Amino acid sequence: MGLTYQSSGKGALREDYLSCNVKGDYVIALAGNPNTGKSTVFNALTGLKQHTGNWPGKTVVQALGNYKHGQKQITLVDLPGTYSLLANSPEEQVARDFICFAEPDATVVVVDATCLERNLNLVLQVLEITSRSIVCLNLMDEARRKKISIDVPALANKLGVPVIPTAARNGEGLTLLKDTINLVAAGTIELNPRRLVYDAKLEAAILELAGELEPLLPPQINRRWIALRLIDGDYTVIDGISKFLEKKLIKEDFAS
Amino acid sequence: METKYCRDTLASLCVGQRGVVSSLAAEGMGRRRMLDLGLVPGTIVESVRRSPAGDPTAYIIRGAVIALRSEESSKIFVNPL
Amino acid sequence: MTQPVEYGGLNQIVKKAAEYGRTQGEGVRDQIVSHIYGEAEKLAATVVTCSNERTDWDRKIDNIITSRFFGYPLMLALLGAVFWVTISGANVPSEMLANLLFGIEDWLSSLFIGAGAPGWLHGVVVLGTYRGLAWVVSVMLPPMAIFFPIFTLLEDLGYLPRVAFNLDHAFKRVGAHGKQALTMSMGFGCNAAGVIAARIIDSPRERLIAILTNNFVPCNGRFPALIAISIIFVAGGVFSAYGTLAASAMVVAMILVGISVTLAVSWLLSKTLLKGEPSSFTLELPPYRKPQIIPVIVRSLFDRTAFVLARAVAVAAPAGALTWIFANIYIGDLSIIGHVAGWLEPFGRAIGLDGIIILAFILGLPANEIVVPIMIMGYLSAGSMLEFDSLLAFRELLLSQNWTLLTALNFMLFSLLHFPCGTTLLTIHKETGSLKWTVLAAVIPTIIAILVCFSITQGVRLFNLL
Repeated sequence: MGLTYQSSGKGALREDYLSCNVKGDYVIALAGNPNTGKSTVFNALTGLKQHTGNWPGKTVVQALGNYKHGQKQITLVDLPGTYSLLANSPEEQVARDFICFAEPDATVVVVDATCLERNLNLVLQVLEITSRSIVCLNLMDEARRKKISIDVPALANKLGVPVIPTAARNGEGLTLLKDTINLVAAGTIELNPRRLVYDAKLEAAILELAGELEPLLPPQINRRWIALRLIDGDYTVIDGISKFLEKKLIKEDFAS
Repeated sequence: METKYCRDTLASLCVGQRGVVSSLAAEGMGRRRMLDLGLVPGTIVESVRRSPAGDPTAYIIRGAVIALRSEESSKIFVNPL
Repeated sequence: MTQPVEYGGLNQIVKKAAEYGRTQGEGVRDQIVSHIYGEAEKLAATVVTCSNERTDWDRKIDNIITSRFFGYPLMLALLGAVFWVTISGANVPSEMLANLLFGIEDWLSSLFIGAGAPGWLHGVVVLGTYRGLAWVVSVMLPPMAIFFPIFTLLEDLGYLPRVAFNLDHAFKRVGAHGKQALTMSMGFGCNAAGVIAARIIDSPRERLIAILTNNFVPCNGRFPALIAISIIFVAGGVFSAYGTLAASAMVVAMILVGISVTLAVSWLLSKTLLKGEPSSFTLELPPYRKPQIIPVIVRSLFDRTAFVLARAVAVAAPAGALTWIFANIYIGDLSIIGHVAGWLEPFGRAIGLDGIIILAFILGLPANEIVVPIMIMGYLSAGSMLEFDSLLAFRELLLSQNWTLLTALNFMLFSLLHFPCGTTLLTIHKETGSLKWTVLAAVIPTIIAILVCFSITQGVRLFNLL
């Protein structure tokens, strides 16, 4: 009776978001700005084992790929390239909904090492939604060519999530990336993602709303982030929430 | 005392000139798009080149080169440097 | 704004959130984004060290490519160069393939005849199906194998956004979106791909304009025909150095016509069927990246080769068979093709073509590459295709059918402007979800093609120009 949120299995909504059936141990989301070599990373990891379709109900392309690493079958979901997740366009909404509601086992954000500041915009937004994130610092070869150097350990420290330097075009760093993906997905790495703290008034409002959301939303969904979205006037999250809750309800009906 | 209230926009920057974003005139969706590009107040922008046809113009915004039409760049107020 | 969900407390919360949002006005979004960028800036500052020589190569190159004086001429020159390379490069492989495949055909023929197979079977399988296949592969494959890798290299390099940057103004003036320059470029490879590429345009109105006009740039299925006709009528049918240059120029001229028509029709659409305001345009000009040449070439070769072969088998082979059948079934003293061509003749003549050509275009709906083989088959009242060991043989055939420069011009224009191929139409239907627009996508170009050819033909005849 009422809405309870006993966990009824990870990623209850996944089938709703994916254009074809996936079987595997982990589902990993691949996010990033356009022009960061995200497709190169995707291709490098999945080779020819790809399937292209559409996100259900949208004319946005969805690419799925598979690979095996360390005894695990991984399904990689290539999210549309976006500059931000503030739902200004169908692409951003698709990416955002997947990361938040389909609960991927890990989200990899591909970042252009030659343009870190701009790319961090997306990274920080992803960290606001989910802690299971990995930053793939791609185009390291270009960065070296332009004599840009990045203090990777410091960055990882400040972000609180793994940062893996790669040059996907040469295959550089990909093994480490795959290792890290497995570790994060399995939950073996301790993650302490940097959380954004806004000004006092906004924070107070967020806290209040998040508190009111608590009885309604399962713990997997980031209440603080939802509260922020609602304050920002972004009601498209409600679709995602309703779908999520419906799915849970149906599962409970079957269970009882 | 006479203060000339004259506001420079991104569109008025000469090629090669830099400026600091002071405010945005656009509202709604247009404003959100500009913000998402990184054009928040305090950002340093540089006008890089114009299309051979005169419009759009390319600007360096937070490390990326982005082309904007004059309809949009004339709604972004800057203080030239 | 979506309906807040019916789940009890959620409604209240949404109302509260809306309240708070209202008290801040536009401020909330501003605050959030400013804060995020502020954090990003601080973070980056602490971990990144640059030697601050900001990509000077990029700037220098772009200064030339987008310069007022060199920008447009350079783009044109590059276009010409790409086609010149495609034409010259494809020549020898085409001939080699033709020799190979038609050699096999002879062998097949002797096999059939030796086994005592009935004439019609030999005709349908060897003279129709196999020849259709062989012709398409030997003529289409080489140019595709050259053009696509070049295009993909340019894409990987980062050149295409510069094209959009240079052409945006023109597209804005006609009420379309700057990114249409990109979808148009994709259309050179394959119109269906160009239609799908239109997804990069957010506004539905401008996306539709891009989709409906994509057809006016010639795809790889139409190039070989344009090139062949150019060479025959502009260069006298010979692959000389001058000849190839002149033919390339002709093809480039055709493309410029295509681009002008694209702009004109976009303008017309935005004033009539697709009225509306221009949407916003932000385009990132990424730094130039060295494309990985070998992987690109290998990838495009395999993709394209596989694609052409698949299409040849699926479309050209059956079309070849059917055409042979229609050309060899007689009703009275004319074959079916003869009859239909006869009906179409007056219409054809009016627009500077003839009945067979029109029939070939109609039968070529499934795929543009079979238009010429069908046309040739139609001309040979013997009812089967001639082997093309030389372009000169083709030239002889056309001249014997009373082709003039005017006919050639009209043929090229009609090919450039007529309805999209079957694959493209299916793609349009899938992308727009609308039967109405798909039909319009076929009707509008055809009407334009007819009008243009008609005007040119009547004009030339009137003033006795040619």
